[in-house]
Amino acid sequence: MSVSPNLNQTKTLTIAVTGLNANDNPGPGLGVIRALRAGFGENLRIIGLAYETLEPAIYLSDLVNKTYRIPYPTAGTEALKERLQQIQEIEHIDVLIPNFDAELFNFIKLERELLDIGIHTFLPTHQQLAARDKVNLQAFGNNHGFDVPASETIFSASELDQMADKLGFPLVIKGKFYEATVVQHIGEAYKAFYKLQAKWGLPIIVQQFIKGTEINIAGLADGNGNALSVIPMRKMYITEKGKAWAGITITDEKLINLAREFAKASHWKGGFELEIMRDDKDALYIMEVNPRFPAWIYLSVAAGQNQPQLLVDLALGKPVQALTAYTAGKMFVRYAWDNIIDVAEFQKLSAFGEL
Amino acid sequence: MKLKANIATSENGFIFNPATGDSFTSNTIAAEILTCLKAGESEMEIKQKILDRYEVELCQLERDWDDYMLQLKEANLLDL
Repeated sequence: MSVSPNLNQTKTLTIAVTGLNANDNPGPGLGVIRALRAGFGENLRIIGLAYETLEPAIYLSDLVNKTYRIPYPTAGTEALKERLQQIQEIEHIDVLIPNFDAELFNFIKLERELLDIGIHTFLPTHQQLAARDKVNLQAFGNNHGFDVPASETIFSASELDQMADKLGFPLVIKGKFYEATVVQHIGEAYKAFYKLQAKWGLPIIVQQFIKGTEINIAGLADGNGNALSVIPMRKMYITEKGKAWAGITITDEKLINLAREFAKASHWKGGFELEIMRDDKDALYIMEVNPRFPAWIYLSVAAGQNQPQLLVDLALGKPVQALTAYTAGKMFVRYAWDNIIDVAEFQKLSAFGEL
Repeated sequence: MKLKANIATSENGFIFNPATGDSFTSNTIAAEILTCLKAGESEMEIKQKILDRYEVELCQLERDWDDYMLQLKEANLLDL
């Protein structure tokens, strides 16, 4: 059974969003929510789906109407499905936008079942998700003619010496889902390996270091080989964790074409982010392909292409035209803000799993 | 010498290259030269304009011009 909203009726659109963390390694959720607020105005209810009680966006009541805790991805799809069914009986979610790499597998698996209870999504397939995975990225690049740094997947620290001989220093040691550390010698490589293994598990990816300008591209593809929106951003300030803390939109046909070629090659469906390194010979290396919107996605609104809003339209089956014009020179400058809440709110979320 | 077509300039001397995201500032005379370059004026026309308007020896102007063009080239702002 499929349940679809009556698009002709003016009603509040209810959209669930994950990725509400906004710490020094921010998730995309807050940016997605701001974009949705900008795009849909007042007839919008945002349901936050959180894993931890201290995800900051939970407590931004101007942006998030209600938050429910959901089980970690490791709890499996049955636990997630059960929790979402409970939430759906109350909230009648129209669209759900997952924003964490680690949770996507489960949401993709539940796509059909979620639609049966009225929750629309717009997600890639498991095959597409796997094809751009860090462990498969080099093969993906080779198959489709993209420049990708040489990389190897290792399951043991003892393999690091061999990797260092093969790829040379500096090296980039990367976690399965998140985080990357540039290391200058073998001691640092071992330290980074163990740290990432403890946090994200195995395997670890060891990648060739490319020197150059870091550029990220936020994109939205329709699943039919077309990129409907492409916004490149050059990082202006990079934190110790490698995150962009300030950035600026730029215009460059090579970058736009690269994103379009990615959408065409992968038939990607949904939001994506290409992490690019432009070297001094102007070659564009794809360092990573993130299978969801980036944390800086609100910049796409400022540039004139509201990608989260377009994704919701796609999820609801509305026709969406490809956008090409956008404004270069729009900057984001991220900041830290102390949001004051009462402990009672924290306790309520901790005890009852909703706020 | 031609400025790249997509370079954005402002009256107060701010320069923005939208292809790279780089920003620069220029002083009054440099901003004036950029305005002339954007308008398609030739090197000779611009130099003559400066000689007519300001108190400067030709040899000094030539030296400063070459220096400025080198800076614009290194900043990737010239259409070569």
